[in-house]
Amino acid sequence: MERLLNNRNVLGWLFLLPAAALLLIFLTYPLGLGVWLGFTDTKVGRGGTWIGWDNFAYLVGDSVAQLSLFNTLFYTTAASILKFGLGLWLALLLNEHVPFKSLLRAIVLLPFIVPTALSALAFWWLYDAQFSVLSWTLTKLGWIHQYIDFLGDPWNARWSTVAANVWRGVPFIAICLLAGLQTIPPSLHEAAALDGATGWQCFRYVTLPLLTPIIAVVMTFSVLFTFTDFQLIYVLTRGGPLNSTHLMATLSFQRAIPGGALGEGAALATLMIPFLLSAILFSYFGLQRRTWQQGGKD
Amino acid sequence: MKVAAADSQSMSYLQSLPRRVVTVYVPLVVFVIVLLFPFYWMATTAFKPDAELLSREGNPFWVHAPTLAHFHKLLFETPFPEWMLNTMIVAFVATFTSLAASVLAAYAIERLRFSGSRQVGLAIFLAYLVPPSILFIPLAAIVFKLGLFDTRFALILTYPTFLIPFATWLLMGYFRSIPYELEECALIDGASRWQILTRIILPLAVPGLISAGIFAFTLSWNEFIYALTFISSSEIKTVPVGVVTELVEGDVYHWGSLMAGALLGSLPVAVIYSFFVEYYVAGMTGAVKE
Repeated sequence: MERLLNNRNVLGWLFLLPAAALLLIFLTYPLGLGVWLGFTDTKVGRGGTWIGWDNFAYLVGDSVAQLSLFNTLFYTTAASILKFGLGLWLALLLNEHVPFKSLLRAIVLLPFIVPTALSALAFWWLYDAQFSVLSWTLTKLGWIHQYIDFLGDPWNARWSTVAANVWRGVPFIAICLLAGLQTIPPSLHEAAALDGATGWQCFRYVTLPLLTPIIAVVMTFSVLFTFTDFQLIYVLTRGGPLNSTHLMATLSFQRAIPGGALGEGAALATLMIPFLLSAILFSYFGLQRRTWQQGGKD
Repeated sequence: MKVAAADSQSMSYLQSLPRRVVTVYVPLVVFVIVLLFPFYWMATTAFKPDAELLSREGNPFWVHAPTLAHFHKLLFETPFPEWMLNTMIVAFVATFTSLAASVLAAYAIERLRFSGSRQVGLAIFLAYLVPPSILFIPLAAIVFKLGLFDTRFALILTYPTFLIPFATWLLMGYFRSIPYELEECALIDGASRWQILTRIILPLAVPGLISAGIFAFTLSWNEFIYALTFISSSEIKTVPVGVVTELVEGDVYHWGSLMAGALLGSLPVAVIYSFFVEYYVAGMTGAVKE
C-alpha cells in the first residue's frame, strides 16, 4: 500500500482526481452535450430526438440569428480595438514616474473587479433617455439640444454597449500590459536613445516587439470574453432595440431559457465555437513568442 | 522587478515639466475620472431623495439633501440581505473546494510529474478558455437531471469549472518556483508526499494561495449567467442576479434603491480587493504571463 502511494503515477492521478472529476462532469461532458443538444429538438422539460442539421439550417436562414452574428462581430471588433488602444496608452502612462503610483494602479483596476452586472446598472442609469446626466451635461454645454436616446436607437445602443464594455475591459488590459512593460530592461531604451531614436521609434522598434507575446495572450483572452459576453447586454438592453444589440450569447439564452427551445439555443452556442477556435489558433500561430524575443536566434 | 521599475524612469528627466503635464498628467487624470465616474454616480444616486433624482434643475453632481431612505428600503423591504448571504456562502464554498482540488492537481502536474502530466497541464489551460456562455444550456440540463435545479449546490458545483483551471494554472507557476532540493531533503528524511505537500510546499506557496483565493472569490461573487439560469426562487438568488432581476419593477425604475443595491453588492469585493491589491494583480497578471 505504502509503496503504491509513493509511486508517482498512482499518486499523481490520485491527486488529480478531485479536479479531474469536477471538470469532466461539469465542463467536458457539458461541452459535448451542448453540441449534441444542438442536433436535437429538446425543449425545457421534454427530451428531444435527433434532427440532424435542422437547427443549424434554420439558424443560418433566420434573420435575427444573422443579425446577432453581425452584432457580435461588430461588438467584438469595435470593443477590442478600442480596449487595446486605450489599454496600451493607459499602461504606458502608468509606467511613467508619477506621484501616488501604486494608489493609481489600484484605483484603475476597480471597474474590472466590481460585478459587471452591477456596474452595468450604473451605465443603464447613465444612459437613461430622460434623466441621463451625460445628456444633461452636453445640453448645459450647449453641444446638443435634445436628450440623446442612448439605448433606444439601434446604432446608439450598439455604441453605448461597446462603450460600457470598453470601460470595463481597459483596466484589465492596461494592468496586464503594464506587467509586461516592467519586464523590458531600461538599458534597451537607453541604448536606442543614444543611437538617436526618437520617442516614437523607441516605442515602435523596442517596446512594441518585446511586448508582442503578452499582447497576444491578453488580446486573445479579451477577444474570447468579448465575443461571448452576456451580462452587459442582458442588463443594458436585453438585446433590443429591434434585436440590434443581441449577441449570439444573449440570443441563445433568450431562445433556450425563457423561450424553452434548449436545442436551438445550444445550436446557436455551438456556432460560436468555430469563431473562438479560430481566434485561439490565430493568436497561437500568428503571435506566439518567437525565439529572438527570448534572446535566441530566429 | 523593483529595480527595473525604478530604472525605467531614468530617462524621464529629459522631458520638460510642461510637456509632461500635457503628455502624462492630463491624460492620466482624464482616464481616472472616466473610470471612476460610474461609481461616483452610483454612490450619489443612492443617497439622493427621489425628487432630486427626477428633477432637471440644480446641479446633479451633488447631493443636496442626502437620505438613507433607499438603503432602508433595500435592507428591510427587499430580500437583499438574503442575496448577500447566499452569494457569500456560494463564493466561499466554491472558492475553498476549487482551491483544495487545484492545490492537489497543481502539485501532481508540476511536481509528481506522472506520465501524461504535460498533456493534463495543457488540457487545464484549454479548459480556462471555455467561456460559460457556451456551457450554460447543457449545464442547465445536467443540473436539472441531478435534481440540483434552484439550489445553492447548483452554483457551488458549477463555479469550480472556471475556478479550478485558473487556480491550478496559477498555482503551477508558484510551485515551479519552489526549489526541488527542499523536497529531496524531506524525502531523504522519510517524509511522505502528503507531508511534503502540507508541511513544506503549502507554507511556501501561501502568497500564491492568497492570490488564487482572492481572485476565485471575486470571480464567484461576480458570476452572472449560471446564477441567472439555475436559480429561480428569490430567496436563494445571488446579489448580481437578485438586484438585476428583482429590483427592476415594471416601468417605474427605483433608481435610488437600484444604485444602493449595486453599491452595497460591489462593496465586499471592493473591500477585499483593497486589502489584497498586490495579490490580486499578481494573480491576474501571473495567469496571463505564464
